[in-house]
Amino acid sequence: MTLEELSDNFELLEDWEDKYRYIIDLGSKLPIFEEKLRTEEWKVQGCSSQVWLVPTVQENKLFFQGDSDAAIVKGLLSIVLMIFSGKTSQEIEKINGETIFTSLGLQENLSPSRRNGLFSMIEKIKYYAKNLKG
Amino acid sequence: MFDTQKVRLDFPIFSQRINGKENCFLDTAASAQKPLIVLEAMKKAYLETYANVHRGAYFLSEETTSKYEEARKTVQTFVNAASSKEIIFTRNATESINLVASTWGKRFLKANDEVLISEAEHHANLVPWQALRDEVGFTLKIFKIADNGDFSEEAFLKHLTPKTKLVAVTAMSNVLGTIFPIQKICKKAHQVGAKVLVDACQFAVHHQIDVQKLDCDFLAFSGHKTYGPTGIGVLYGKYDLLKEMPPYQFGGDMVDVVTYQNTTYALPPARFEAGTPAIVEAIGLAEALKYMQALGLEKIMQHEQELTTYATQRLSEIGGLVQIGTAPNKGGVFSFILQDIHPQDVAFILNKEGVSVRVGHHCSYPLVKRMGYESVMRASIGLYSTKEDIDTLVKALLKAKTFF
Repeated sequence: MTLEELSDNFELLEDWEDKYRYIIDLGSKLPIFEEKLRTEEWKVQGCSSQVWLVPTVQENKLFFQGDSDAAIVKGLLSIVLMIFSGKTSQEIEKINGETIFTSLGLQENLSPSRRNGLFSMIEKIKYYAKNLKG
Repeated sequence: MFDTQKVRLDFPIFSQRINGKENCFLDTAASAQKPLIVLEAMKKAYLETYANVHRGAYFLSEETTSKYEEARKTVQTFVNAASSKEIIFTRNATESINLVASTWGKRFLKANDEVLISEAEHHANLVPWQALRDEVGFTLKIFKIADNGDFSEEAFLKHLTPKTKLVAVTAMSNVLGTIFPIQKICKKAHQVGAKVLVDACQFAVHHQIDVQKLDCDFLAFSGHKTYGPTGIGVLYGKYDLLKEMPPYQFGGDMVDVVTYQNTTYALPPARFEAGTPAIVEAIGLAEALKYMQALGLEKIMQHEQELTTYATQRLSEIGGLVQIGTAPNKGGVFSFILQDIHPQDVAFILNKEGVSVRVGHHCSYPLVKRMGYESVMRASIGLYSTKEDIDTLVKALLKAKTFF
């Protein structure tokens, strides 16, 4: 799914309940995350649930896979991957995750103090974009 | 009869809506809401009589000093200490416990001694003793609690030996709600010559305290949990112990005679209150304690006990909900998990419904782990909590179940 399609789907959802049911559903559809990757190395710090994020570089592009043990966080993670995965470092650096989440009406998840990890996930992706040759 | 609806009017925050919903605040164990009367007392202190304490020979300072010392007397009455000189103002209970560790602990604990604490301690009554052990070399022993969270006298006595110099124990667990039999613990500890420090952070919110009857040697609690302001805590200590303890911090207001090379220290409590204290916070705390006393501790206890029974019953009706901490003698703290749903996910839905609960390890990580979890939800009540709050929680939990 593209970000545009996601945004269109979101507009059909009337209230927060439908929206979050949909987000949880998105998370449950993420590809299976390999058990051996659930290590400290790939953990995103600063979340009150566990979040893992693993980058790979292919033909100048960064691809990410990830997982979380909390369902809403996993759903938000799937949106993060939709936004950032498959882009070059330069593209990733230019993307303002905050603006996108705000336009999706999900800004309540963005504050660093919420500790649901969205903020930390985006920071981590930006960190990889800066430090991996993509 | 305890009129909760009337009581709630004393707390302006309950007129605030949360996410468009009624404010269902169930996190009093983390910090309590404040009655208006506390804020007004503090405002008055700042606007009408404010000056530093124990300093100036002028009206404002004398007024403030007398209010600050009256606050100490109010705390004395609240815990029924023999003298107001046994009451030391700190920042919070954490500092109270650290004060005992750094002063009494450093002076009197030796390498061959043992300090005994329970499995149910908050980090504040665990980490200071670990740190001191690393410095002094004594042995830190942990006595087990039962699987339902109850105090086990057998486990306690097993580790209580003539080598035990200090028993540091909570009076009420912030995770399990278990109420520990402090009077009995003190009696047994004293028989082997050990002192007892009581972490009364949770207990003080819900119960009458009588340090003379308990016969504890030290007792700590935080002002912000007993409906008072943040930044103020209490350490009670038996005077005979306090006067043998070295100072905690050094500076103004804690000295007797100072020359450029040497200083003698003031008697307790001044010895332990270096620098300008949290004057207005102490005044606010006194007002909060007087508020509780005016409502009646007995009545508060009865109201909360009824609510505890009700909440335990209602929560047990939710399929897939597991309550953690089911000791027969427990107060209004309810930890639980809901099926295999991540507590953070549940709390997200609860928050949308206006319900505030805490999620995580509640600064008691080893305890939560010992009960078999990494993270749990915790709902906790205060004197303003109602059956409706519990009903709202149950409804929100049932709703959360439909999401995952």
